[in-house]
Amino acid sequence: MEALELARWQFGITTVYHFVLVPLTIGLSILVAIMQTAWVRTGKEKWLRLTKFYGKLLLINFALGVATGIVQEFQFGMNWSNYSRFVGDIFGAPLAMEALLAFFLESTFLGLWIFGWDKLPKKLHLLTLWLFAIGSTLSAYFIIAANSWMQHPVGADYNPETGRAEMNSILEVLTNNTTLAAFPHVIATAFLVSGTFVAGIAVYWMVKRHREDANHGDLPMYRTAARFGAVTMLLAGVAVIITGDVQGKLLAEQQPIKMAAAEGLMATETGASFSLFALGNLAGDDPDSVTHFIEIPGLTSFLFTGDWDGEVRGINDLQSEYAERYGATDAAGEEIEYRPNLLVTYWSFRLMIGLAAFSAALALTILWFTRKGGITTKPWMKALALISLPMPYLAASFGWIFTEMGRQPFVVAPNPDGVDMVMLLTQAGYSPSVSAGEVAFSLVVFTVVYAILGVFWFKLIQRYAVEGAPQVEEPTIDEDGSRPLSFAY
Amino acid sequence: MDLALIWFVLIAVLWTGYLVLEGFDFGVGMLMGLLAKDNKERRVALNTIGPVWDGNEVWLLTAGGATFAAFPEWYATLFSGFYLPLLLILLALIVRAVAIEYRGKINDPKWRQRWDWAIIGSAWIPSILWGVAFANLVRGVPIEEVDGRLEYVGNFFDLLSPFALLGGLVTLALFLSHGAIFLALKTSGDFSKRAGDFAKKISVVALALAAVWAIWTQLAYSVAWTWAAVLVAALGLAAVAWFTRTESFGKAFVANAVVIVGAVVLIFGSMYPDVMPSSIDPQFSLTVDNASSTDYTLTVMTWVAVIMTPIVLAYQAWSYWVFRRRISTDNIPEHNELTFFKK
Ligand code: HDD
Ligand code: HEM
Ligand code: HEM
Repeated sequence: MEALELARWQFGITTVYHFVLVPLTIGLSILVAIMQTAWVRTGKEKWLRLTKFYGKLLLINFALGVATGIVQEFQFGMNWSNYSRFVGDIFGAPLAMEALLAFFLESTFLGLWIFGWDKLPKKLHLLTLWLFAIGSTLSAYFIIAANSWMQHPVGADYNPETGRAEMNSILEVLTNNTTLAAFPHVIATAFLVSGTFVAGIAVYWMVKRHREDANHGDLPMYRTAARFGAVTMLLAGVAVIITGDVQGKLLAEQQPIKMAAAEGLMATETGASFSLFALGNLAGDDPDSVTHFIEIPGLTSFLFTGDWDGEVRGINDLQSEYAERYGATDAAGEEIEYRPNLLVTYWSFRLMIGLAAFSAALALTILWFTRKGGITTKPWMKALALISLPMPYLAASFGWIFTEMGRQPFVVAPNPDGVDMVMLLTQAGYSPSVSAGEVAFSLVVFTVVYAILGVFWFKLIQRYAVEGAPQVEEPTIDEDGSRPLSFAY
Repeated sequence: MDLALIWFVLIAVLWTGYLVLEGFDFGVGMLMGLLAKDNKERRVALNTIGPVWDGNEVWLLTAGGATFAAFPEWYATLFSGFYLPLLLILLALIVRAVAIEYRGKINDPKWRQRWDWAIIGSAWIPSILWGVAFANLVRGVPIEEVDGRLEYVGNFFDLLSPFALLGGLVTLALFLSHGAIFLALKTSGDFSKRAGDFAKKISVVALALAAVWAIWTQLAYSVAWTWAAVLVAALGLAAVAWFTRTESFGKAFVANAVVIVGAVVLIFGSMYPDVMPSSIDPQFSLTVDNASSTDYTLTVMTWVAVIMTPIVLAYQAWSYWVFRRRISTDNIPEHNELTFFKK
């Protein structure tokens, strides 16, 4: 394999890995902050126990999120130096802002929160957690702004002298309509992931405790957590659908070929239907071999145009349109294939949407079985909870895979209403000075190290989840520093 | 003053912040292996940096992001050129972050021991490699024009000249000394005493190594005005040695920070106007002007930096103040009872 291919694998693997951890940090930081707020306001012990329980899981997750994020910050320069040169004038700005505005806030106040239980007054201590949560959400905004710019470059011009893109409006970059749609979608995703996480673990405990002792004192606490998670899931689920719908419409304007690929649509159609699955050669060279099953008439048209009879352009037409506008051949004289990998886009789009069904099922059953003070006792609920736990993670990863792979062959996709030259093919973005051997080496090393750390991460999360909510003491301030620390490594 | 120059200075400031702050984090990590006698003392050492190490590391991320924004060509050529050393640094930082957080999560001596090795090892590697990297920036590396772009054309071994390796030893010694002084300040009793004694010795080693390296830099690669930085660093180094001897560790800590400031000024001063000198031909050097972003981007980033940096400094300072107390073995709570496999 060439350096380019390897660099793509490396980016894909390290980024998906990073993003498996990200949504839980973002969502859970806010959910734990709400739990601690509930404790500060009501003084009920169960909220303190839940805060400590889920807070510990948050920390285990956060550590690996930070570790994998560090790589992201530098790998643009390492593996994608030509890309970095081309976009640096624009792309670097949100990245630097993310560090200055968000990462400092996140890491400093998390330190204060973890170690501050016996150092800070109650309310101030609560504030540190909120500042941490705000930092996480802010970081998502800036990085999504950076990513959205690659999907839909705005506020930029092309300088033929340097051959680089140059920023002419930071405001446009930060208020890109792609960002304004993607950010709520990603945040809603984060709440779906973390809501499922909170509720899933709580249901597991509710069923387990109930079997040991039907009057166990922990039951009301886990019931609270389960319902809290379920409501979060439901709200997040609705938000995911609404924001996803907005994104689909934007996508039809901004990257029509990605959207056509999502449905495997070769020819332009009106009233295009949405198939639940398809068999055959989705690679696109033999459109007749593809059979779509369980088609919902007009849904694709509706998703992307808002009209059940709307016209959706097919890949064949788009290919010639793109070739005319952006060039038929690349620097090496090869013909450019403008459609992304159809198999990946078609399935990742469906899996993103479909896998969320587990969370919906879990949320609804929880709310039903715990209505009017009830307790969930059914063993199958425990199974459902455990099966549902990884599903929104998978959905989110497929969402990114769809977004990123669907953008190929571009790394910076052209904006149909923007400056045509502000675009970059992925193959032009790699680092010429890095050999295939070096990339292969780093790819193997990252994969192995991540795999090992991933095992510990999983085992610790599982171990602490299975241990259940700890018993707690009311925290008090250590005036003269003579007591053991409330928390120590 | 032109914007590119302002950003050159700002990036030097970010690196200074990073080296001063994570410098003692690394020092503490290495000394966990050299000074701590048992598990409790290792925990004391680790908890002195517990609340702050992650925030300290963000200085690096900011330096990285700011380089990307302000000098894209530098970011691109530097990190693709120094590929393998940077890879090693990143691996160390990854393992370190996880090791610090996971070490105490399971109550098992074997578990702790392995993560301890990870914490110690991942402090040694970057402590040496940062020095190697900066020395190479000063010395210049093989850069040539390839397809109209300035690319690093050397290999891994081109980065390992005697000058660069000495640079690695200098950062190593400075961080060890910085960490020892920090431990002397932040712990109490016997452990604090041992850290102080270690600081007395290592500060002399740092003085010797750094003096040789600074003069070498000055004579071989620098311009006249950076003699001032050499002088400041030299006075700082002497002050560190003196104040550790008199056990005024607070002053020694400040003096060591001054040494780091002096070193960064020396490094950036000798590079200027280049950001990455070419050892093949000066016409291939990346300079403050040919590597920078547009004035528009630099203006935007200047506003962000001017507003945010003081705010960040203020809340980071507050967090140091909240955790200002010394930690002793009496402050270390028992381990929780959790084992890796459920009993
Ligand atoms: C939607 C959100 C999101 C996305 C798309 C990304 N990240 Fe991330 N990142 C976060 C959300 C986040 C976070 C919530 O702020 C993290 C995640 C896990 C964590 O624990 O903090 C974090 C941590 C994190 C860190 C460590 C920060 C620290 O030390 O506190 C760095 C350097 C990055 N990220 C950089 C990146 C880069 C360069 C990305 C682009 C490829 C990226 N992240 C994608
Ligand atoms: C700001 C955030 C992001 C940026 C700047 C970014 C940028 C890039 C770049 C430069 C590539 C390499 C070119 C290529 O091979 O496609 C890429 C590929 C990829 N990215 Fe992203 N990405 C971001 C976020 C994400 C996230 C969060 C994920 C998923 C979790 C993701 C998933 C992928 C995948 C799967 C690929 C591989 C595609 C392929 O191999 O063709 N990206 N992205
Ligand atoms: C009805 C349901 C949904 C619709 C219509 C929808 C729509 C979309 C669209 C069109 C994109 C691509 C945006 C682009 O390429 O620029 C996208 C991306 C994404 N989706 Fe969804 N989605 C849905 C459900 C979900 C669910 C359930 C999850 C996860 C739990 C999810 C997570 C993501 C993520 C993480 C991305 C990538 C980030 C982004 O570009 O916003 N989506 N979604």
